[in-house]
Amino acid sequence: MTCLHLLLTLVFAVSLGTPVEIQRPRGVPLTKKPFYEENKPFTCLDGSRTIPFDRVNDDYCDCKDGSDEPGTAACPNGSFHCTNAGYRPMFIPSSRINDGICDCCDTTDEYNSGAKCENTCKELGLKERDVLQKMAEITKEGFLLKQQLIEEAKKGREEKQGKVTDMQENKKQLEEKVEALRTVKETAEQPEKEAKERHLKAWEEQKAAIRLEKDKAKMAEAFLELDDNADGFVSVSELQSHAELDPDADGTLTETEVQGLMGGAAQVDTSTFESVWTNIKDKYHSESQPEEPAPVETPPEEVKEPVVDNDSEPFPEDDISEEEDEDEDDEDDYHEDDDKVLPTVKTPEKSHEDGEAMLPYDPDTQTLIDAAQKARDDFEDSEKALREMDDQIRNIEKELSFDFGPDAEFTYLYSQCYELTTSEYIYRLCPFNRVSQKPKYGGSETNLGTWGSWSGPENNKYLVMKYEHGTGCWQGPNRSTTVKLTCGKETVVTSTSEPSRCEYLMEFTTPAVCQEPANMDLLPHGHEEL
Amino acid sequence: MAAFCGRYCTAQTGWVPLIVLLCVSARAVDRSNFKTCEQSAFCKRQRELKPGRSPYRALLDTLELSDSRITLQLINDNNKVRLLLELYRLQGNMTRVKINELKPLKPRYEVPDVLISDPITETLSVVSQDENSLVLSLGGKDQRLIVSAQPFRLDIVEGPQVLVSLNSRGLLAFEHLRARKDTISHKISSTVGSMWDSLKSIFSSKSELEQATEQENVEQRTDEDGQIKEEEDKPGMWEETFKSHTDSKPNGPSSISLDFSLPGVEHVYGIPEHADTLKLKNTDGSDPYRLYNLDVFQYELHNPMALYGAVPVLISHSTDRTMGIFWLNAAETWVDISSNTAGKMMFGKILDFVQVSSEAPQTDVRWISESGIIDVFIMLGPKPADVFTQYASLTGTQSFPPLTALAYHQCRWNYNDQEDVKSVDQGFDEHDIPYDFIWLDIEHADGKRYFTWDPSKFPQPKEMLQGLMDKRRKLVAIVDPHIRVDNGYKIHNEILSKNFYVKNKDGGDYEGWCWPGNSGYPDFTNPEMRAWWASKFAYEQYEGSMENQYVWNDMNEPSVFNGPEVTMHKDALHGGWEHRDVHNLYGLYVQKATADGLVERSGGVERPFVLTRAFFAGSQRYGAVWTGDNAAEWGHLKISIPMCLSLGLAGISFCGADVGGFFKHPSAELLVRWYQAGAYQPFFRAHAHIDTPRREPWLFGPENTALIREAIRQRYALLPYWYQLFYNAHRTGYPVVRPLWVEYPNDVATFSIEDEYLIGKDLLVHPVTDEGATAVTAYLPGKGEVWYDVHTFQKHDGEQSLYIPVTMSSIPVFQRGGSIICRKDRVRRSSSCMENDPYTLYAALNSQGSAEGELYIDDFHTFNFEKAKQFVHRHLSFSANTLSSRNLAPDSQFSTASWIEKIVIIGGSQPSSATLKNADDTESALEFEFDSTLAVLTLRKPGVNAAADWTVILR
Repeated sequence: MTCLHLLLTLVFAVSLGTPVEIQRPRGVPLTKKPFYEENKPFTCLDGSRTIPFDRVNDDYCDCKDGSDEPGTAACPNGSFHCTNAGYRPMFIPSSRINDGICDCCDTTDEYNSGAKCENTCKELGLKERDVLQKMAEITKEGFLLKQQLIEEAKKGREEKQGKVTDMQENKKQLEEKVEALRTVKETAEQPEKEAKERHLKAWEEQKAAIRLEKDKAKMAEAFLELDDNADGFVSVSELQSHAELDPDADGTLTETEVQGLMGGAAQVDTSTFESVWTNIKDKYHSESQPEEPAPVETPPEEVKEPVVDNDSEPFPEDDISEEEDEDEDDEDDYHEDDDKVLPTVKTPEKSHEDGEAMLPYDPDTQTLIDAAQKARDDFEDSEKALREMDDQIRNIEKELSFDFGPDAEFTYLYSQCYELTTSEYIYRLCPFNRVSQKPKYGGSETNLGTWGSWSGPENNKYLVMKYEHGTGCWQGPNRSTTVKLTCGKETVVTSTSEPSRCEYLMEFTTPAVCQEPANMDLLPHGHEEL
Repeated sequence: MAAFCGRYCTAQTGWVPLIVLLCVSARAVDRSNFKTCEQSAFCKRQRELKPGRSPYRALLDTLELSDSRITLQLINDNNKVRLLLELYRLQGNMTRVKINELKPLKPRYEVPDVLISDPITETLSVVSQDENSLVLSLGGKDQRLIVSAQPFRLDIVEGPQVLVSLNSRGLLAFEHLRARKDTISHKISSTVGSMWDSLKSIFSSKSELEQATEQENVEQRTDEDGQIKEEEDKPGMWEETFKSHTDSKPNGPSSISLDFSLPGVEHVYGIPEHADTLKLKNTDGSDPYRLYNLDVFQYELHNPMALYGAVPVLISHSTDRTMGIFWLNAAETWVDISSNTAGKMMFGKILDFVQVSSEAPQTDVRWISESGIIDVFIMLGPKPADVFTQYASLTGTQSFPPLTALAYHQCRWNYNDQEDVKSVDQGFDEHDIPYDFIWLDIEHADGKRYFTWDPSKFPQPKEMLQGLMDKRRKLVAIVDPHIRVDNGYKIHNEILSKNFYVKNKDGGDYEGWCWPGNSGYPDFTNPEMRAWWASKFAYEQYEGSMENQYVWNDMNEPSVFNGPEVTMHKDALHGGWEHRDVHNLYGLYVQKATADGLVERSGGVERPFVLTRAFFAGSQRYGAVWTGDNAAEWGHLKISIPMCLSLGLAGISFCGADVGGFFKHPSAELLVRWYQAGAYQPFFRAHAHIDTPRREPWLFGPENTALIREAIRQRYALLPYWYQLFYNAHRTGYPVVRPLWVEYPNDVATFSIEDEYLIGKDLLVHPVTDEGATAVTAYLPGKGEVWYDVHTFQKHDGEQSLYIPVTMSSIPVFQRGGSIICRKDRVRRSSSCMENDPYTLYAALNSQGSAEGELYIDDFHTFNFEKAKQFVHRHLSFSANTLSSRNLAPDSQFSTASWIEKIVIIGGSQPSSATLKNADDTESALEFEFDSTLAVLTLRKPGVNAAADWTVILR
């Protein structure tokens, strides 16, 4: 492990102590010591000029590159080196020398400011080693987990690819089956259609005959009614009493008009009445029966009983996406309420006139129909199976098309969701799908972005996920989320924040980003040295 | 921060309808929310009055003369109402003119707490008097004040010149208080008002009772003619409705107006705050400039609409003279400006004194206010500096801020939580960018209950403040004056129990909508309330606060989301006075009470720092102001210069605009240019709306980060100069940043310049404010003057327009030849870290080879400079090859660790030797370098203490 490797030098320095401290001007790192030779003129490190050595660290900036003042704040572009024995050496801008703020854990930057600094290097070193060790352990374990993930992903991928291949094969068979069943269906439907037509035609004929009978009966009845003097003839005057028969509807039924209706005859008998009946039957009102409006022909489909179901969604556009805001929900509620007060009156079933209902199919026809129906059902079932198969193949192909990392190590995140609950919200990250936020105490979910792309730094784009095009913000952009991935044993969302309005930041640990520990074999040595 | 909307428009369901309504046209100011003169009944009435013969007559036989003043009565010959005119001659060449009703029905409001004391008067003596005029001596230089009786007018003349005439256009109009004609009906009017109105018009004869009331009025004002003529009521006198808001106007009409003519004047400035040009425009044919503190959402540029603050001070300038008119009135005020020809209005007595050229230009100014009295101070100059001194003697000078307040401020609505604050703080260190203050907007408080902290976002405020203190940095937290009505909120409960809230017209506590929802507004005009408010800043009262926490007062116009014009109803009550009377003063009181609180919490030791959005004359005494909710647009960057210059002319030097623009998202170029400009403006703070993407300086790529870092570093290096200028502003009232004409009053070419300005008198800045600019043209003023580019030391002659090619890193700044400027070139992460750092002196020589400057040092944060004279004030001068530092304040004492590390003499010649002579006459040779191409001599490490006497002799 790197940290322990580092320790070696530090422990060395500490154990040997100050006597070995090599004399060099304040703020100069060991590596640059040779450039600062005491009592020899100093040449600025950029070579721009040479000055007497007593002007090094004399609190006046002589070199443009700041190299003459490594230990003072005199140069605007200088830097100061602190050894930080026990911890990590570092450079700080020379403007932080004697500024009253302790920057170097070994306190060397505040040698003349009065700031009370304590040497915290040992503490920091221990802490850092601790952290690094933990990190290393996590990395190590995480990396092992990652190998498993890669293995699993590989297997999974192979499986899936195999499955797709199988399914493609099955699909072909299914397709053939569908075609076969289509032929069966079509074959069965032809005789069915013919039989049905035959039946219908027969029925029509029968219906016509019945109607004719009825008309005849009516005519006879009318004749009897009209024949007031029961002389077996209907005369002009007898017919004239039926004002409703007035052909020009001017309110009076003149003798001439009646004669017209009667075809010029003065009277007609039962047989000749037939032609007169044809002229008057549409208008004729029976004297005995009350007036009745002609029955309205009802188209067969309206006969259906209307379905009124309080539980079902009244609106077809009920697939309102979650992004829609509360207002719209409220509106829905409102309408729902409206619907509840809608009358649920059932339309009464129209009573069919006697004999108007079609006769049941004869057994032969019925057999043909049943056979055709079965063929249809079989065909539809097979077609549905084919569609489902297609969907499955598409889904697997979609999954296989995702960029799950160089070794497919992110595959396991697919179709999973991870939640983090904060004081106000429940955040939900469904990798490669979407990020959302839901108020903890009720309220609708907000889409914080759907999967966009990997967008980490150039050297490793797999460290950052970007989810885009979430719900729009008032006067602002659409919500988006950046997910930063760090190495961890567990797969967890560790934090969320909104650094800018509607731009969310999520931290997410996963073994999938754990890097191979660089020098694992150094570990045992390190322990010994400690 | 500020201007409502944002997240509230979608979130807080309770008042969504209102806000949606108010936010409809969110991308620009909704002008229909704010009144035009035509829509403001008194302005309309007054403006209908056209110049002509004044109905007012001075009754010279009522003249009373005392040591300090002259009074006489004026009568309006149309209505016989009498006014009382008071004339004062004030020390420092000022004349005060007060006009009030002789016997008003009830007292009229006279603005308190703005003048720092009763101005010192000088004797006015009568020089001569005849039946129609009175001539008074204003002392020295043949200055006379001529009172003409009929028609009444006042003229101030100096020798043969008229300086200013009052009522020469006859626009003095004083709406006397009157009883409502339908007194009885008024009582019923709340229910049947309109019905009564129609009845009244049918039965035009008056009832007995009304006649009796009229009679009383007449008796109050019996005069020689015996009768007050009845005036017709005009629309809007007794009630006025704007949008859905009705102003009940129980006191009826009360407006006042007076005109001023300025012969020979073509340039007038001041009367901030307007997003408009430095030189005020002629308002003939447009609305007058309006002064009425308002929360204007997304304000527009270049129009006379009112903004957040109001300083009723107008400065006139010509090559002959600079003068000022200070109209002390806190009510809604409109100012008309028109050009005219002098001589048109000259007649009568003044013709005995003056020669009039009818061709001479003249500017006419007319002030109109809704209530109160006429109380006007005419500051007679004659030089710009005299006017500043005069105005400062009335309203005080700029408060001397702690040095840190002059450094860079990082603000955003909002830094989300403690973690966020910490990481932004670290970001500055990681990118090596200095900053002194981080700011917290309204979201830091628990449910917008100011003086509290959001328990989940800021659970450990002291820990956060300590973290900043460890870096020698500071924090500002917002405290707005609207108080959440919530009986679980201590502040509210205390205000309620002490009866400190402003009242509505019916006597109940006034309530309006603001950030927290339903809010009360403490009556800051009440001194007891202010004292109580101040006490709330004590560390033990304001839990979680620490000494490195300062305060920001926003929304103090006051902003009332559901009020008329987004502010308080004019018939709301502050004790006995209507809000109408005190409106423009409210914001000043809020800032004053807050600043008092900060002083008190430190036991009177520490100088406060309070930023305010609303302001009035005198606000300069309490802290800084900013130009409110601007936008990330080039036009807004440009206008920030004239806006702050105008404020400076009106006494308020500590001014800045939100760097980057509050609304919208700036391009990287605009942001960089804004930092470069802001680094050279007095108050330097970046700020952003909550809906904008983050824009900390390092978020725009390394190149832009470097450019912004450099701009901020230039600011820090120059802090000693800024500090010294603020010290001088505090002592003298001179503005810190100045239009060029202030220092070059005879150079007509400078009179309209507003894209460049002077910091003090020695630095000229022409920031780049155009997108894609490849060059700017700067005017360098002063015949015989030389100017040096501060970055290249290149020398340029004065009185020329200089074409300057620019790149993204250019900030054109020039140092005047003849000046010495002290810098601290060791820029550190905050100004406090630079406290003991050495100074570098930049002496830029003029054509005579000399230069002078000042150095001011103290502890940078306490009142000890004032109370204990603990400061160093040095005069630095270079002439005849000798540079010396002389004590300007021998009775002061302060020891500093700072020393002189370098002296750069620009525009000199190469010496053969340089000798440093100490106070004890010891001498030492200084090493030096001379750059002959630029004629820059650099003296190496004199090493003398900055407080010491010393001399450097070049031979």
